[in-house]
Amino acid sequence: MTTLDSDIAHLLAGSLVLVSFLLLYQDRMFALLNVFALHAIVLAFSVAWQAHLQHAPHLYITALIALLFKGAIIPAALHRIVVRLGIHRTIETVVSIGPTMLFGMGLVALSVVVMLPLTQSAGAFVREDLAFALSVLLLGFLMMVTRRNAVSQVIGFMSLENGLVLAATGARGMPLVVEISVGFSVLIAFLVIGIFLFRIRERFDTVELQALDMSRGESE
Amino acid sequence: MSVGTLALVGLLGTPAIGALLLAAIPTYRVAAVLNMILCAITLASAALLYSHRPEPSLYLIVDDLNTVFLIIGTLVGFTTSVFSAGYIAHELQSRKLRSRDLRFYHALYQFLMFAMDLALVSNNIGLMWVAIELATLTTVVMVGIYRTNAALEASWKYFILGSVGIGLALFGTILVYLAAQERLGEGMLAMAWDRLAAHSALFDPALLNLSFIFLLLGYGTKVGLVPVHAWLPDAHAEGPTPISAVLSGLLLNVALFALLRFRLIMAGNPAVLSPGPMMATMGALSLIFAGFMIYRRRDIKRMFAYSSIEHMGIITLAFGLGGPLANFAGLLHMAMHSLTKSAIFFGVGYVSQLEGTQQIADIRGLTQSQPLLGWLLVVGAIAIAGLPPFGIFTSEFLLVTSTFARSPWLAILLVLGLMIAFSALALRLHGLAFGETDKRHALPAWRLAPMALHLGLVAIAGIYLPVAIVAWFRHVATQLG
Repeated sequence: MTTLDSDIAHLLAGSLVLVSFLLLYQDRMFALLNVFALHAIVLAFSVAWQAHLQHAPHLYITALIALLFKGAIIPAALHRIVVRLGIHRTIETVVSIGPTMLFGMGLVALSVVVMLPLTQSAGAFVREDLAFALSVLLLGFLMMVTRRNAVSQVIGFMSLENGLVLAATGARGMPLVVEISVGFSVLIAFLVIGIFLFRIRERFDTVELQALDMSRGESE
Repeated sequence: MSVGTLALVGLLGTPAIGALLLAAIPTYRVAAVLNMILCAITLASAALLYSHRPEPSLYLIVDDLNTVFLIIGTLVGFTTSVFSAGYIAHELQSRKLRSRDLRFYHALYQFLMFAMDLALVSNNIGLMWVAIELATLTTVVMVGIYRTNAALEASWKYFILGSVGIGLALFGTILVYLAAQERLGEGMLAMAWDRLAAHSALFDPALLNLSFIFLLLGYGTKVGLVPVHAWLPDAHAEGPTPISAVLSGLLLNVALFALLRFRLIMAGNPAVLSPGPMMATMGALSLIFAGFMIYRRRDIKRMFAYSSIEHMGIITLAFGLGGPLANFAGLLHMAMHSLTKSAIFFGVGYVSQLEGTQQIADIRGLTQSQPLLGWLLVVGAIAIAGLPPFGIFTSEFLLVTSTFARSPWLAILLVLGLMIAFSALALRLHGLAFGETDKRHALPAWRLAPMALHLGLVAIAGIYLPVAIVAWFRHVATQLG
């Protein structure tokens, strides 16, 4: 692997972290969906580059899934849902944007501090790739925690999953990567869009989770 | 094909084909009976695996550890299917569920059994992860099956926290693979659990340490350990009661089993941090926290859900403590808790159907309104609170004595937690079982058979534990180190 090769890999993985930050502060639904599509496309390029470097043709399938499914089909479907539910105005956030971004930076610093010294023996490339992947994962968690809206929580979950795919493709020759990415896609498609949003719509005419909190028997 | 291979095919094939079959059967009576038959075949296959073990392959393995979990799991799966047949008939009458929902329910029930059995017999850490996630997501859908506001909220919360667990556990699995890949080479071989456990002394200890933290939090979410337990009470309270029984009696154990598998990998490497103290701390925390929470519950299913957190805490504490005696106590406690807690949920399911409420304050005098059910529930509550002569007393006694000998401070915490939970349960039980009431309920006695069977087994285990079982558990406990 030449320096240029690993530089490009780092550029792509680093961009994914950057796009995760973009996701964090989007307060409009459509903008959020567009940025998520970008997130998936960057992931697709990153995975394709890994496939090229590792001479692992099966990883191209994972890249293709990321590009078509998460980069196009899911955002388009969510777009329709958002329009139909009439929630395209703004996103309610529990914590305001400034502290969220600061916290996000803290999480990235944490993952760098944790991963870099720990994986000395694993080789520079895998090590930094893992630090990036952990950052994307933690930023996805942060997004799921700070958003109260079901659609943006799903997007948080998908960005988290993109981080996992990045980590799995970075680990040389890891089996089951394609299967896991297919499984995740099926899960997202069926479970989230098909069942949950449909049912939540049916019951509440809103996808605000705040409304769900109130309906719980034991809430004070 | 040898007997062992045949049994393994039966164990995995029966529920997998069964799920497809049940999805095609519209009449719920036929489906419920078929569900029972399928579970019985799976149980028979698991029992056969105890004596006839197939050679481990790259993907599947049957060893001493997982046969314990398999037999308990398939047994509870079978009795729950018997309970479920009576339970859902009532749900259909009271129009809480439609017959289309039931078709879906039965297919998912078998699919859940398949996923859990697969998780237990998998020899590949990636496959194990996939199977546990399948099982979790199946239960997410099942919890939301009533479509009430509360059920949807519980289901959504379970999904969100479950996916956090999914993420953390997969990241941990990837780190274990990375540690193994340097020594064992790329590909499937570096994911086979038996090879990982045999060669873990060669792996990078720093990577293993980090991976275990992710795995503990990830799979710990599924075990219901504090502070990642928040989904558990909601999911137990709002889903159909057979699913509450399967969750407490089975799924929590499967997640704990995954942790034990990774603990064994860690144990092979002398340079890593010991995972024991981490597990013991989380276990003790869960025990104390859940004990206090039981006091505050107004919903009967929620109360017993917190009791499940308490007992999973005790089991995790026991395995965290380690050593042959504590491991033995942990295994025994796990078996006894599975049987007792699912029996209690069978009883609670009928209680909430007959009384039409889950609020503890509205349920009074069960021993008068339905004596058999009321007394069985009293027996179940006494057993779960850890009083003699039941099996849970034996395992808790063993654990307390071995903890006192090794770390007295931890033992004080343990006893304190047990006392809190015990008094909370006793307080609630009194009103439930012995208050004044003029209601009278009719319930066919056969519907209480699974509950009586479970409690009977727990009582027998408390009085006399067969030598064969003691030897078997002792053997597994020594292997766990």
